[in-house]
Amino acid sequence: MDILSLSLIVAKVVVIFAGLMLMVAYMTLFERRIVAFIQGRKGPNRVGPQGLLQPLADALKLLSKEDVTPAGANKIIFNLAPVITFVPALLTIAVVPVADNLILFGREISMVISDINIGILFILAIASLGVYGIILGGWSSNSKYPLLGSLRSSAQMVSYEVALGLALVGLLMVSGSFSLSEIVHQQSSILEWNIIKQPLGFVLFAICALAESNRIPFDLPEAEAELVGGYNTEFSGIKFAMFFMAEYANIIASSAVITTLYFGGWQGPILPPIVWFLIKVVFFLFGFVWVRATLPRFRYDQLMRFGWLVLLPLALLNILITGIVLVL
Amino acid sequence: MVSFLKTVIKAIPVGLSVTFKNIFRKPTTLEYPEVKPDLSPQYRGLHYLARYDNGEERCVCCGLCAAACPADCIYMEPYENERGERKARIYIINEIRCIFCGYCEEACPEEAIFLGKEFEFSKYEIPDFIYSKEMLLGNFDRIEMERRKKLGMEFIRKTRFDFRMPTPSIGDSESSIEK
Repeated sequence: MDILSLSLIVAKVVVIFAGLMLMVAYMTLFERRIVAFIQGRKGPNRVGPQGLLQPLADALKLLSKEDVTPAGANKIIFNLAPVITFVPALLTIAVVPVADNLILFGREISMVISDINIGILFILAIASLGVYGIILGGWSSNSKYPLLGSLRSSAQMVSYEVALGLALVGLLMVSGSFSLSEIVHQQSSILEWNIIKQPLGFVLFAICALAESNRIPFDLPEAEAELVGGYNTEFSGIKFAMFFMAEYANIIASSAVITTLYFGGWQGPILPPIVWFLIKVVFFLFGFVWVRATLPRFRYDQLMRFGWLVLLPLALLNILITGIVLVL
Repeated sequence: MVSFLKTVIKAIPVGLSVTFKNIFRKPTTLEYPEVKPDLSPQYRGLHYLARYDNGEERCVCCGLCAAACPADCIYMEPYENERGERKARIYIINEIRCIFCGYCEEACPEEAIFLGKEFEFSKYEIPDFIYSKEMLLGNFDRIEMERRKKLGMEFIRKTRFDFRMPTPSIGDSESSIEK
């Protein structure tokens, strides 16, 4: 590997992660503004024009906050947990192609950090890692609410991962590939989008993605009404911020993955591919916020019953139907 | 499971459409320091002690307001002025104890005490909230000045020779101050 291609990879990593971090920052503002509009409020609009500098102010505030470690906490794990949550949240984006291959100076550059041929497996594996941060964070706090929150979280994430994986099986049967670039290339026109071939699969995947990112209506790990703040109760300052950035990075990654798998990724007419990709991602980000502003939280038994008795059979049904259609 | 799916398929889209419509609704937020709220005509804010047209205070220190006050926040001591009229030597309202019920306003036989529309009188020190007679009369003067400004310089010039302020009565003063 020569210097040029190495620096190219570094550049891609820097650009994509910087873009992701920027999106994470502005996702907080986006969510607060949209939820405010839905609730008849104006949302943060004081810092900068239309509140555009609010994320900056928030970051400054969180950085300058006192960093409290509870007595009796396991300090190493307590400090490590936010990082363990945050890093997997960022890693998912590495296999998502954000644009078409670019021909630059006579060499083809793929607009994805790592175009591995088992991209979907990578996403599933990384998504599972996120739960460790939450469990360790809850346990190492030496406090009952975080522990309860993290236990719920582990049960929830494990349950919904099953349906998440099975929802993807239908898609894999249709596309016949694990590579996200390959899947995007297959969906060149709107009629070939996987949402047309896999409507049920898409719904299941979207619901499971919601559950995996611990968002309303599946935000039982946080459940501020009953568990104070859930697994992040004892965290303050930048560690708390990292949990939150992880949540938002998870949302963005989920949106990007949904876009890529079911809505043709960067494919689209006239506008450049990256713009199409961003439009679709922002559409799903809006969807996440919209759902948050609408639905109440599940009760714990409802959550479990929904995961195991509704989503799982439906996912299996989806596989069955897809199989039958493919054979016929 | 069937009923659950019914809920999912029917109720959730309905809920989502409701929230979506609300995005375009005008926010009810008032951006307060820049935009002042529209106060009700009956709004009860900071007290003021009214004057007669000739600038003399209306209060005769009868003590009915203090007797009517459920929060016991009014204190007064009378004296006789040079014309033998009974007036208040000391008239104090503790605005921290006051619950802004308006009973003093109703009890007053001289139409001397009113609750104005001012609500922005927060201060840093608790003693600053104890309003003396001079401060309460000052509140009235300020309100009158504002009212004069609103009536317009032209009107004031026209009626300069027998200019008399209209007697503040409950309905009159409240509504004209608001406008």
